[in-house]
Amino acid sequence: MKTETQEIAGGVNMARRSFLRYAGMGAASVGLLATAACHKDHAITLNNGVDIGSGDYGILNYAYALEQLEAAFYTQVILTPYSGISTSEKTLLTEIRDHEILHREFFKAALGTNAIKALTPDFSKIDFSSRTAVLGAAKAFEDLGVQAYDGAGYLISNPDYLTIAGKIVSVEARHAALIRNLISPGSFAGSDVVDTTNSLNNSTEIKAVLPIANTYLKTKVSASNYGYIA
Amino acid sequence: MNLFNIIDEIEKVDPEVYGRLSDRRNVIKNITSFGTKVAAAALPFAVGSMFQKAYGQTAAKPTVLEILNYALTLEYLESYFYNQGSAKGTALIPAAAATNYFNQVTKDENNHVAFLTTVIKSLNGTPATVPTFDLTAGNGSGNGPFKDVLTNYQTFLAVAQAFEDTGVRAYKGQAQYLTGESNRVVLTAALSIHAVEARHASAIRQIRGLTPWITSTTALGNDTGIPQVNGNYDGEQNVIQGGVDVTKLKSASGSTTSVATATAAFDEPLSMDQVYKLLLGSFIVQK
Repeated sequence: MKTETQEIAGGVNMARRSFLRYAGMGAASVGLLATAACHKDHAITLNNGVDIGSGDYGILNYAYALEQLEAAFYTQVILTPYSGISTSEKTLLTEIRDHEILHREFFKAALGTNAIKALTPDFSKIDFSSRTAVLGAAKAFEDLGVQAYDGAGYLISNPDYLTIAGKIVSVEARHAALIRNLISPGSFAGSDVVDTTNSLNNSTEIKAVLPIANTYLKTKVSASNYGYIA
Repeated sequence: MNLFNIIDEIEKVDPEVYGRLSDRRNVIKNITSFGTKVAAAALPFAVGSMFQKAYGQTAAKPTVLEILNYALTLEYLESYFYNQGSAKGTALIPAAAATNYFNQVTKDENNHVAFLTTVIKSLNGTPATVPTFDLTAGNGSGNGPFKDVLTNYQTFLAVAQAFEDTGVRAYKGQAQYLTGESNRVVLTAALSIHAVEARHASAIRQIRGLTPWITSTTALGNDTGIPQVNGNYDGEQNVIQGGVDVTKLKSASGSTTSVATATAAFDEPLSMDQVYKLLLGSFIVQK
């Protein structure tokens, strides 16, 4: 099945143009962006990948990376639907694709020049013609996403950014519950993701999430300030 | 239209606007001068929070124990609801639905009550007492808008959905008060319960034949078809995130995004005040 598709998001210039448009600012402000200085929170581009950086922008870039991965995955799912896909499954998976694309575009617009670059996925391990393989991967991505947001929330210091992360993670949890029920009815909060004693969703640290995400990324994502270098 | 025009416009109706923005005024000035080191790229976020801080609710920040007891009160309601429903057995809940949904959810809500009680005690707090509930939303009359909640499965499902979607919103509204290393454990636990409530909400919406996510229109947040719970969904129609109008972002099909996608992709918070207004005097009996 074809993989290693196009760059996930537009280039830097696109991001800047988008930012201006979304901010509702006039052309007079264009010069400002050139002056946006490098500061400690800034993400770094490495030779073979990217580093999310540190601080709130670091965590938001971490989320941006995961959303890029999810958006690319569902884009492929809808481009090459698995055999036997039902109408309702296709509708639901298309809606999930649209949510993930919007999450990606939102982070790109909101982060502006602080955003990491567009990542190139590598889905060579996923057989997109197989329902079992696609839903299995979707479950893995969604559950990982929920655990990633829950595990990194405490690293966000700006209350407004934390609320935004909260707005997104519950939608990821809604996705996860749907995908799990498609695979096995009643597994929406299964014991592999929700603790059976206290019924808390598992949460996972950045350094444990990124190695998994990177197995689906050609552009490797590091988090050197959080104990992980790809 | 740009930021300065917006502020000028606000100044016409609110001469105090610059005062409200106070120290942020310097930020605004800096934006106008070239060569400053303002992180202009972060502007959508920055502008959003600037106005929110200037005009947002000024209610005192709740303490961690207040947040935990608030969460506990909501979990009391949910666990009471599911325990009452489960006690009716197949007279109310079809066996397959019990197996595939209600047994799990009932266990989770009871676990949340036990967990939060333990956490509150471990912080030397006193767990809130269990309120008197009226699952018909009748403030103790037993004759509220959902009066057949424990005899009509469809009503039971409708109330379950409203509780779950509201629970998600309620937890989300408190996260902002739990930043900082000292709140790490409580925040992570709250986010973890929040995610489980979202899993429940998704599952029950699937049972009811709705999208697992809340798909609002510009005019109405509520997508459940139950007008009595409009208030529980009010605000879900929001499409501005961190100062960015997300309907103006590109989608798979074009240069903009539909309101349906924009509202479904982001769940919205409810404040403690909003939630108590929804519950007190209806589901929670107030004398």
